[in-house]
Amino acid sequence: MSTSTTLINAPRKRTMGYGAAFNTCLGFLVLVILGAVLAPWIAPYAPDEIDFSAIWTSPGAGHLFGTDQLGRDIFSRVLFGARESLIGPLLLLALATVLGVLIGTLAAWHGGWVDTLLARITDVMFAFPGLLFVVLVIAVFGKGPATAILALALAYAPVIAKFTRSIALAELSRPYIDAYRIQGVSAPMICLRYLIPNMSPALLGYLVVLFGEGLMSLATLSFLGFGAQPPSSEWGLMVQEGQAGIIQGHLWPTLAPGLVIAAVVVAVNIVGVRLSDQLNVKKP
Amino acid sequence: MKRIIGRLAGMLVTLLAGSFIIFMAMHAAPGDPVTFLIGNPEGITPERIAAVRAQYNLDQPVLVQYWLWLTHAFTGDFGTSFHYLQPVSDLMATRLPNTLWLVGYASVLFIILGIGLGIVSAIRRGSRVDSAITGSTTLAASIPSFVTGLLLVYLLSVTLGWFPVTGAGDGIAGRLHHLFLPAVSLSIGALAIVSRVTRQSMIEQLDADHVEAARSFGLAERKLVVRHVLRNAWGPVITMVALVVASMLAGTVVIEGVFGISGVGALLVDAINTHDFAVVQAVLLYMIVAYMLVTTLVDIVHPLLDPRIRARTGKP
Repeated sequence: MSTSTTLINAPRKRTMGYGAAFNTCLGFLVLVILGAVLAPWIAPYAPDEIDFSAIWTSPGAGHLFGTDQLGRDIFSRVLFGARESLIGPLLLLALATVLGVLIGTLAAWHGGWVDTLLARITDVMFAFPGLLFVVLVIAVFGKGPATAILALALAYAPVIAKFTRSIALAELSRPYIDAYRIQGVSAPMICLRYLIPNMSPALLGYLVVLFGEGLMSLATLSFLGFGAQPPSSEWGLMVQEGQAGIIQGHLWPTLAPGLVIAAVVVAVNIVGVRLSDQLNVKKP
Repeated sequence: MKRIIGRLAGMLVTLLAGSFIIFMAMHAAPGDPVTFLIGNPEGITPERIAAVRAQYNLDQPVLVQYWLWLTHAFTGDFGTSFHYLQPVSDLMATRLPNTLWLVGYASVLFIILGIGLGIVSAIRRGSRVDSAITGSTTLAASIPSFVTGLLLVYLLSVTLGWFPVTGAGDGIAGRLHHLFLPAVSLSIGALAIVSRVTRQSMIEQLDADHVEAARSFGLAERKLVVRHVLRNAWGPVITMVALVVASMLAGTVVIEGVFGISGVGALLVDAINTHDFAVVQAVLLYMIVAYMLVTTLVDIVHPLLDPRIRARTGKP
């Protein structure tokens, strides 16, 4: 988690190509989302359509990206796989955001023991580098996309809580909060109606960057066999299934989903950085 | 001294909490811990049940169980794997060298390349070379390591036949050959962060007054960089390098899977697939201990290396 966050926080200089890169990335993401939504109508084959007469065909007119070890059309699988690959990170972020914003706001508002507790929980979570906490949860509760998403949400929640806490503290010190207090507006009301909406631009920029990481983490878990299960065509799982073909010289079953993961992550990061800039995020 | 003790105490508390979570996870599992620990439902025999109960002291209160497990682990006794029917520490001992080789190899690569690229882009900041380095390393960091690894296997092992497809190799030369692609795949993601920190830290120094003064005396740019800029820029770079190495100690799981290296990470994946929880606990404990030790060590040593910080914080 630390790597890309630090990269994003590092100062950047603006270059001429920045706007063009942003537009290209945004366009690509829109295309991917459209592909995911319209998959049943635009995919030339069903994602699980097995054809033993066309195993490991090269990319060509019949199969845009070729076929895999069961003769399934890779282009169609990537299109359908976009659904699970994109909804997974979205779900995990939604869950982590609800938890994180709740805890973070509470810690900033209440201070005292709630704040200390949050700090301790974050400390302990930082003892589990990378995906280790998620791996532990999966070892206990079993594999599957639901466990992977839940565990990742639990791992991300303290990070979001810490971020929320820092921007909430800055926001709470502003005079309008005191003004509402004096008017007798209740604490939950101030938080829900005024504080959280005012924090949301900063949060949104941060969440877009986390989306790229979430997608990469989920794909990694699926690659290890802990996330999506066959016959799903989640992209990480597709890469894993293509691994056997690599040794026999069949590149496309791995290359196509692998490049799509990389391209989406790059695009999300570029869009996210630009978005955070425009939303004028104060770095914690 | 006070700072060092405080930092060590902090590490111990975090490790205790982390190990407690790793231990208690088995009690959080759905169903009875005995069935969970045996894993394979066909393997439930009265002898097995007795063995599990004895190994984890399940008749004792939970906190006593944890304490016994932890003290045994401290002496290198992680119990017996119910899948391999071997002591877990033996399994770890045979796997650990491969993982340590891989991490060491990858560290050498990313330190030399990352710092090198950082120096180049700092000296030529604002140039095309600078943006090319920043752009390409950031791009490389966004590609999942398993994708990079598999593409390298296809290109250099399958197509060109330069490197073996799987295994960790024997002897020093064999390992250097076998582990080259895994080490490259592992280090590529770290290049961006290390070169970025080096660049940033050096640029701050390049603008400093004493560097300007040295330059006005006509000191050659090369000497200027080596004597005045690099020496002062090490701090953040060393911290970042240590952080990356620490995460690598726990992050070889994916790369070992890609390249079929029988290291600790692959052992963890196998253990999860075979429901071998004693091994899962041991590997996770090793990983968080290694991670915490490296990060704490750097925190402690870093000020000792830098006289400026030493002066600011009083006696070391």
